This record gives sequence, C-alpha cells and structure tokens, in this order.
Amino acid sequence: MPSALPDGEPVPADGALPASALAGAADRPLGFYLHVPYCATRCGYCDFNTYTATELRGTGGVLASRDNYAETVADEVRLARKVLGDDPREVRTVFVGGGTPTLLDAGDLVRMLGAIRDEFGLAPDAEITTEANPESVDPAYLATLREGGFNRISFGMQSAKQHVLRVLDRTHTPGRPEACVAEARAAGFDHVNLDLIYGTPGESDDDWRASLDAALGAGPDHVSAYALIVEEGTQLARRIRRGEVPMTDDDVHADRYLITEETLSAAGFDWYEVSNWATSDAGRCLHNELYWRGADWWGAGPGAHSHVGGVRWWNVKHPGAYAGALAAGKSPGAGREILDDEDRRVERILLELRLREGVPLSLLREDGLAASRRALSDGLLQQAPYDDGRAVLTLRGRLLADAVVRDLVD
Amino acid sequence: MPAIPSHVPEPSRTDPALIRNFCIIAHIDHGKSTLADRMLQLTGVVEQRQMRAQYLDRMDIERERGITIKSQAVRLPWAPTHDKGTAHILNMIDTPGHVDFTYEVSRSLAACEGTILLVDAAQGIEAQTLANLYLAMENDLTIIPVLNKIDLPAAQPEKFAEELANLVGCDPDDVLKVSAKTGLGVDALLDKVVAEVPAPVGVKDAPARAMIFDSVYDSYRGVVTYVRVVDGQLNKRERIRMMSTGATHELLEIGTNSPEMLAADGLGVGEVGYLITGVKDVRQSKVGDTVTSQHKGAEDPLGGYKDPRPMVFSGLYPLDGSDYPLLREALDKLQLNDAALVYEPETSAALGFGFRVGFLGLLHLDVIRERLEREFGLDLIATAPNVVYRVIMEDGTEVDVTNPSEFPEGKIDEVYEPVVRATLLAPTEFIGAIMELCQTRRGTLLGMDYLSEDRVEIRYTLPLAEIVFDFFDQLKSKTRGYASLDYEPTGEQTSSLVKVDILLHGDKVDAFSAITHKDQAYAYGVRLVAKLKELIPRQAFEVPVQAAIGSRVIARETIRAIRKDVLAKCYGGDISRKRKLLEKQKEGKKRMKMVGSVEVPQEAFIAVLSSDDSAGSGKGKK
Repeated sequence: MPSALPDGEPVPADGALPASALAGAADRPLGFYLHVPYCATRCGYCDFNTYTATELRGTGGVLASRDNYAETVADEVRLARKVLGDDPREVRTVFVGGGTPTLLDAGDLVRMLGAIRDEFGLAPDAEITTEANPESVDPAYLATLREGGFNRISFGMQSAKQHVLRVLDRTHTPGRPEACVAEARAAGFDHVNLDLIYGTPGESDDDWRASLDAALGAGPDHVSAYALIVEEGTQLARRIRRGEVPMTDDDVHADRYLITEETLSAAGFDWYEVSNWATSDAGRCLHNELYWRGADWWGAGPGAHSHVGGVRWWNVKHPGAYAGALAAGKSPGAGREILDDEDRRVERILLELRLREGVPLSLLREDGLAASRRALSDGLLQQAPYDDGRAVLTLRGRLLADAVVRDLVD
Repeated sequence: MPAIPSHVPEPSRTDPALIRNFCIIAHIDHGKSTLADRMLQLTGVVEQRQMRAQYLDRMDIERERGITIKSQAVRLPWAPTHDKGTAHILNMIDTPGHVDFTYEVSRSLAACEGTILLVDAAQGIEAQTLANLYLAMENDLTIIPVLNKIDLPAAQPEKFAEELANLVGCDPDDVLKVSAKTGLGVDALLDKVVAEVPAPVGVKDAPARAMIFDSVYDSYRGVVTYVRVVDGQLNKRERIRMMSTGATHELLEIGTNSPEMLAADGLGVGEVGYLITGVKDVRQSKVGDTVTSQHKGAEDPLGGYKDPRPMVFSGLYPLDGSDYPLLREALDKLQLNDAALVYEPETSAALGFGFRVGFLGLLHLDVIRERLEREFGLDLIATAPNVVYRVIMEDGTEVDVTNPSEFPEGKIDEVYEPVVRATLLAPTEFIGAIMELCQTRRGTLLGMDYLSEDRVEIRYTLPLAEIVFDFFDQLKSKTRGYASLDYEPTGEQTSSLVKVDILLHGDKVDAFSAITHKDQAYAYGVRLVAKLKELIPRQAFEVPVQAAIGSRVIARETIRAIRKDVLAKCYGGDISRKRKLLEKQKEGKKRMKMVGSVEVPQEAFIAVLSSDDSAGSGKGKK
C-alpha cells in the first residue's frame, strides 16, 4: 500500500487557485515534477505511489495505460497553463520521477517535456532530470533523452552489494549502475546522480564503504545517500515485524552517515542538504532545492503534490481516477491546504535547516532563539554562520536535525 | 411474604428490652451486603420491587468493588417466629470491612451488643475478619457465627464450622448455615439475633449521651450524623453539644433509617438513628465523639474517642499543571465526607504544584485517588506511598518527615518509624514463604497458632513502611492468593534508615527520593536507576542516572546520547506530512516534564511512582 495522502479541503473542479497564491509569483522560480506511477516490480521498502500493472482502468471506464500515459500527463500540463493563467514564468526545472520513468519509452518522456516547453517555455539554463533504473536504459535510450532536452539523470544504485540489493528487492546486477554513469556521460549528460541507501538489514560498515567506493569510482557529480526508512505498510516493515530481518539500530545509521560524510568529502564532494552531496554548486539538484526553499512547483501525475504560493495540493492517487478526471476536463486534485504564515514559517525552518546555508535567525522567535543558543553551545550549530545570523548544522547536528527543528520552531 | 409485625414500636418510645443492636463482621466478598439485602426484604422495610443489589452501599465505587466504605444503620422490625405477637426492633449497623477503617469499625462495634460473624463456607475466615472478631470480643459483644454460601458446590460447612467453633468457643452445631443469596436460613438468623443478642442497657433519666459511630456528608442535607443513644434521650429541635469540641448545634432533624431517612420525635436509650444539624463538614461531627444536650447536658463523655491519624502519605499532582485549582476543590469536597483525609499544598521541582495527602492506609489512598480521577475527571500522578518518620537531630531538635525529600541532611541522632502488628492467615503449606517474606521486610515473629489442621495464624511486628510498599502483592503471589493480611499500628521503633536520592544528569529528582533501611538502600537504588534508564528516552546529551545517599553514589547507569534523530528523505510530497509529524512531536514534548535539562516523559514518572502494582491491599474483590 502506498502511503496515505494528507487530509485537506477539496480542490475546486477547475483547479483554480486563490488569488493570494499567484501574488508575487514572478519573483519565485517555477518547477515541474512529473510522476510516472509504474514499476516492473514493487520493492519491499518502497511506499511511493506506484503500480506494477501496465493498464489500470478508472471510474467511467477511462483507461490509464503506460502507452497513453505521456498524453495524460500532457493534459495536466495544459490544465496547469489554464490555472496559472498569464503567469509569465518560464520553467526552471523539470524532474521526472516515479515509479520507474524509464519503463516508458524515451520518446514518451521527451513528449511530456515537450508539453511543458510548449505551454510554458523552458528557461535557457533549465535543469531537466529524470530518474532511471539501471536495467531499463541503454545508450540509445540515453541518447534519445539527451537529444530531447534532458541534461541530468539520476540512477537508483542503492548498493554495490548483491545481498543488500536482495533485501531491498532490487533486481539490477551489481556494477550495472556504474556502467550507466559512463553511458550517460557518453550520451552527453552533464550531471549524473547515484542514489544510495544505507542501513539496510544485513549491511555491514564495510559493505557500505564498498558501495560508496563503487559509486565514486563511476564518477557521478552528485550522490544522494539515504538511511533506509522502514515505512509502515511496506513489505519490509512486515518482514521486520515478523522477525525475518533485523531492524537496523539508529546508532548504526549514525555510524554509516559519518562514514558517508568522511568518504564523500575525501572524494571532493560537499554536502548541501542532509542527505545530498555534490562536487560543485552546479552539480546540486536545483529541482530539489526548489522544494526545500519553498519555491513553486507543479506536480503532475497520480498522487503528485504541488505547491504554489502557500497553497499545497495533491492529486488523486490511482492512475485510473487520475486519467478519468483529466478526460472529464477536471482537476485531478484530491485535496489541498492553504498554509498560514505560521505554517510557512515552520516549514521554512524544518526545510532550510537541512541545507548547508541553514536558517536565518530572523525567522526564530524568542524561545526558538534561546533554543538556538543552546544548540550552538551543545555543538549542534556552527559558530561562524551563527555569528552572521544563520543557524547552520554541524556534522553532529545534521544527525539530530529533527530534534533541533523541534526546539527552533518554539 | 415478609412477616411485617403489626404493632411496631416508634422511635423515642421503644422499650430498650425490645431493641437488639448488632452488626455483621465479614470479609470482602463473603456476602455481607447480600445478607443485609435479604434482611431488608424479610423484615419488609424494602419491598421486592424496589430491591436492588447491595441496597446499603451508596457510592458507585463501593457497589463496583463490592466493598463497603461507609457504614449505615437500619431499623428493622422483626417478630420472632416463636412469638409472632412481639415486634422487636433490630438495628443493623453496617460496618466498614477494611483494615484502614479499624477505628470506624471499633466505633460501630461499640454501638452494638452483638455481632454476626459471617464467613464464606467455601473459603473460611480471613485475617481482616479475624482482627475484627477479636475487636468484637474485646468489646464483649455476643458473637453469632454464621456460614454463608452453603448453596455453593465448593462449600465445606463442616470444616469451617469447626474452625469457627474453635475461634468463638462454641459447639460446631451452633454455627448457623445460610445462603444470603437464596434467603435460606435468614429468618432463623433473625430469630437468633433476638434470642441471643442482649438488649441495650442505659439510664433513662440521666443527661443524654449518644455516641457518634458514623458521619456522612450529603450534598442536600449537609452532614448526617449516626448515633447510638446510651443514656437519656435526644429530642427534635433541641440544641445539642459535641463534647470533644464543645461546639453546639441546633437539631434540625432526628430520625431513623428504614432504610431511607424517616424523621422522628427523638431517640431514647439503646436506640440508633441519625441527626441533622446543618453543619457542612464531617470534621464538625467526629466519629467516636459524644453528643449531649446543650441544656443540662452530661459532664463526662463516653470513652473511646480518638482523632483519626493518617498513617500513609503520598504526593498527588495533576498531570496537567493547570488542573491544580481543580484538585484543591476536589480534595475540599472529599474532605467534607472524610474526616480522616488531610492534605497540604506541596511543590515538587519535578512534578510542579500538588498536595501531600495523608491517608489511613492503602485502601483509603486508592479509594481517594480513584474518586478524584473518576468523579472529578482529574489525571493524577501519585508519588510512592510513605509513612511518617520522626527524626531526632543531634542537637535534640525533632522533625516529622511526611515527604522523603524533606528528610533532614544534617547530623541525625535517631530515626523512628511506625510499626504495626500484622496478622497473617494462610494454609500451613505457605508458612515458609510467609516467614521468608516477613524476614526480608524486617519483621519480628510474635507467634503462630493453628486455627485448624491446615490453617495457621502468624503474627509479626513489621515496619509500616515495609507494608505500604508492595508487601500485599508479594504476599498474594507467594501464597497463590491464599494468605490474608491485617495489621494495626502499635507504635514506633528506631531504625537505621537513610534517604536515597535519585539524580538525573546531576540534578536531584525530589519525587523519586525514598527512605529505606540502610541494608536495602543499595537494592532500591540499583532497581530504580535501571528502571529509569529503560523509561527515559535518549537525549541530545549523555545522561547519568545515579542513586545516592547524601553525596555517596551507590548506583549508576548512563543513558547514552541520542546520535540520530533525522528523517533521511524530504521530497516535495513529504512536506505536509513532515510538518504534521512535527506538530505531533511538539504535542508529545508538552507531555514531558523537564528535570533540569532532561526531558522525562510523564509515563516514566507514572511507571516508577505508580502504586498500582505496589499498593492494593484489599483492592477490589480478591
């Protein structure tokens, strides 16, 4: 079962936004997230909105299939154009995620991007990323993407160790993601990311070091390293509950994180978000930074979340229901929330504290400031940026970011 | 059909020769209330259709737990089977069944000439019943031994009749056998009360003297005072005087219970009834006190009056600090009906504002706490129950310690603690287990008697402090529930007692301080420190948990610093969820108590302090 959507108020049938959401929009970057809800198999740890069937029928008999999926998403892009009206912004980032976007033909991904280009226009330096499964791309596929305008690609590597991949239900062969990096470079991709997961049950410190070394050996300019989160409702959570695999201790996660920081920084990577490292500022994922800095993004696809000027909404989850809404000319939005000033302040703190640039102390109230001073003296915040008016986490602070946030929002 | 006598004498005009004042001594669950119900029916004072189970137990808690906390008196007309023409007046005085209320029991007994000793024919006599039986014998009451529940398949009437006969000193054949449930034998029992319980004797023309054996607050009528007239007569509308305080009141109403209140002209020698004076607080109408007329009243009070003395103390704190005024109001209200309840405000660094409350015993504590939570909707933390220590300093000054955290730090000469005489009844196979338990609780064996071939009575002197701490639970578990316990305070003794403090991150947690014997201090410290380590979540820094006597650390554990508290991923679709999770965590944080810089979940306080698993003597039905 994919994770549940939040509760919220209904979205108007035409998807219209309150005027407040569009005020001052010109000053904010705009991005697009395109969700592809298909996977060949479901991985045991995954709680994303994804389906393994190739065809899903929604209410009213509307067919949502992989074959017409690109066109359905293009419909939502056209709806976005209507909702945003005469918003003059060009799109700064596009990120295709999933699911497994590369289960679609490369031409489909290019077609979806084309819809955005047609309706909004792409900024000259726009970052165009897709996630890719190492087993479902080849040089020809990558070449098509590159020619179609994609300039960044993110491979789900997770681990270099077969026994770890097996616990995660990943089907690719060790070594294949590293080969993908070379193929992507050959196809002309400037930016290549490898996604890694640490703390999988059965993984040792040395296994993790081997994964980091293998990833670095392939020469990406970006690495995301996530501690495995055992989400409720996943197969992995059930296996752990039944005692079939052991739960990883938080202290082990902390150790692996320290190994990660040590290994990546020795290889010339800098952290710019708690779980993300890049070789240069240009290597950062600008699209993710839009999320973390409260910019505007439109998420198209079933279950995708959008945020425009303090209004956040999310689409219906089922691909059939999603396609049905669009076929009927309606917004696929399932619910939305309108953030008040305090919500936005809290979100800024909880998101920006995770970033290398940290949170401006001016966002904090009296109690939060007092808490920040304690965090500073406890060695969780860095002194120099603090003196310049910013709360920036130390290495130890990064591991305790949520605890620090709880105090700073007071 | 109930046999209602035709000429029933009226209150104030009843010949003492026709009066029989009796009570029922029984263990919880041996059927006293059911027997009382049957008597109400048989004598016709409550009609069948009005009958509800345990008519006389008024409070919900009593009805639920099947125990009687407050006593009552009911006037029952009964013409014995052999003499249908002569209506007698039977005053049934319902006594509290629990050890905590021994003083109230003794006053109820003092209002009677006889008692029914009611014992479950499947279980035999219990320690508390035995204690009350001895009390009745000391008061020279006529004892009528009765086995109840003889309709039960598990009943062993022969065996237990033998046991009762041995105790009371009668022939086993004289033990009546009844079933209060079916009514079998109850009329014969009423006949026997008339035949065997002596009529009251008093001086009719003397100044009035009536003993208060109960005092109940009623929200409509104020305090209802139950009395037994010994000499003279009390009349409606006269002014009366309480002899212990000298306070005078106008008698607004005088009457008897049948079982509802029924006003009368007065009460004469030997009669039992109620008085209403309009006072609002039971402390103005104390159990054991003597009531006389203001005009030409008596000079000497009846004997036996004692001020109720709290034996066990506990700190009560509202979970939500803003409930403090509510707690005060609730205690004020409960005190209207409970002269034994004492309390004063107290501040704990760990728990905030609360009250140090004194109780007669553990059941009293339980009942009060439960009423506060149930009737007043309060969520409370109660600190572990403790006794009162008398500390003599080297300079000769004396300090009474009711809160362990106030145990003096300076040079102490001697410490006195209260001791009790405990009576334990159990099957003989458990003698070893009981002696072992009492030995580890610093007990001194006083003696041992066989009640029958396979049941034994063991007597010990024990420090009260050892009993208020999980003794009863240990006893029950070591004897598979077969042992019963009763105790009465007998004085005090000097002991080698020390205060064990618990320190979190170097800060003393007052709520966890305890006074223990020096030989047990180490075990206590180790246990509490281990428990806290388990209950307190890891903090941003390492937290030492220590137990110390003065400045000497006797046990130590370390709660390791938390190293990871961050969710790895944070996508656009996670943000609402993250914010809501944060809000939820903030709520959870509010339920934390700060002890110095350490966040302690309230659950930890409750788990460590809770007397749920350490108190409970006589809790509910056993």
